[in-house]
Amino acid sequence: MIHKYKQLGLNIVMDVYSGAVHVVDDVMFDMLDYILEPFMPESECPEYIKEGLKDEYSAEEIEESYAEICALVSAGQLFTDDCYADIATNWNKQSVVKALCLHVAHDCNLRCKYCFADTGEFHGGRSLMSAEVGKKAIDFVINNSGSRRNIEIDYFGGEPLMNFEVVKEITEYAKEQGKLHDKNFRFTITTNGILLNDDIMDYINENMSNVVLSIDGTKETNDKVRYRVDGSGSYDTIVPKFQKIAESRNQDNYYVRGTFTAYNVDFAKDVIHLADLGFKQTSVEPVVAPESEDYALTEAHVEKVCAEYDKLTDEYVKRYDEGRGFNFFHFMVDLDQGPCAIKRLSGCGAGHEYLAVTPEGDIYPCHQFVGNTDFKMGNVSEGKIDENIKNHFERSNVYTKEKCSNCFAKFYCSGGCSANAYNFNKDINKPYELACEFQKKRLECAIAIEAHKKLSK
Amino acid sequence: MKHVQTLNNANLKNSAKHGGCGECQTSCQSACKTSCTVANQKCEQAN
Repeated sequence: MIHKYKQLGLNIVMDVYSGAVHVVDDVMFDMLDYILEPFMPESECPEYIKEGLKDEYSAEEIEESYAEICALVSAGQLFTDDCYADIATNWNKQSVVKALCLHVAHDCNLRCKYCFADTGEFHGGRSLMSAEVGKKAIDFVINNSGSRRNIEIDYFGGEPLMNFEVVKEITEYAKEQGKLHDKNFRFTITTNGILLNDDIMDYINENMSNVVLSIDGTKETNDKVRYRVDGSGSYDTIVPKFQKIAESRNQDNYYVRGTFTAYNVDFAKDVIHLADLGFKQTSVEPVVAPESEDYALTEAHVEKVCAEYDKLTDEYVKRYDEGRGFNFFHFMVDLDQGPCAIKRLSGCGAGHEYLAVTPEGDIYPCHQFVGNTDFKMGNVSEGKIDENIKNHFERSNVYTKEKCSNCFAKFYCSGGCSANAYNFNKDINKPYELACEFQKKRLECAIAIEAHKKLSK
Repeated sequence: MKHVQTLNNANLKNSAKHGGCGECQTSCQSACKTSCTVANQKCEQAN
């Protein structure tokens, strides 16, 4: 399977099953329209292709291009066969738990309009995790991680800084236990920044490999949806703190992370605003919400959202060329040493490798399932999880999702988010199609940007 | 080649044989939390 498109003045051809990405000239780009799979190379270009292209290209160009297509096929870089279906059919992952999302606070000092966590309550009342539950979660992951050495703990909420003393206690315990059990703990924290101060920044910088700072863009965009209990916006409080912590981390190993909604479909300006504030690591993502909400993105927004990704791509490349580039999370793609095929088949690991833990110690497949008791998998105090739910998630992969079969993006998104699939289609194997539309567009932009960078070197 | 520039080593098939150690970061932990993006992840075995 191939996918071809034009962006940034380049003709781009992706070979889905090998992962190869090519930039081709017009004759080859047009010729590929005439070739059907399975491709059977011939000693010279077939007549019907010559006939179709003869008005636009010379006979020599046509023959050369055809020969080069044959050479790419022979090198396993074009029209490559699908060799992964067998791996997926015989899928027996035997996964171990390697990452926990610890909901240290089901409470929040903001009341963000679109919060999937029900403004911090997760549909279950406001509560804080105790150090005792947190330590049991650490014991749980150590005991269930097998020989896996790298273990991730993400402090999440609600707002985790509302329970920061417990965050510190859990972190120190994990470091101590990590040494005893030969585990390398990596910590991250996601915060809205309201309570961030110098002491907390110092602790985060000493201990956390990543920090996610929530902000949506301009003051107008941010304060319309990210406000306090009294309705006042958060922008003026958080921006200086976020700038300070980003600088103190040398503009690396953090993200300012926002959400765009139907209120700011023109979100490219918000990403650019974050870059103009000096942030080098940015991520702004589409809201996921039922269509009944007035801020929800729907099919009606797809064209405009895609045009915004194009606009952002142009500005992104311009700034890169001028030596003042920045990173946008969804435009980052590693064409050379990205994840292996196994990772690309299986995705985020929710429900088997990655689990979420509530303040009470209850275990869910991921943070987005928290509160849906149908998916409660156990409690950290029991030390084990529901094998049926685990197996259901473990078996899910790109090849169990019918809608992914003909999609060129499938090895870049791994079939999408299980929680979104369940929330919209009541089946983790039926992807949320609006997210697919955005994902495909972002991938095209990301690969075009990478092509531009490589060719301009 | 005159009509094509290939930008990368097409190594996905090889990685199917040798990959799967699982030491890499969980994609949702990095920044997204609402989508699934794996292609920007680093392989722990990469230099």
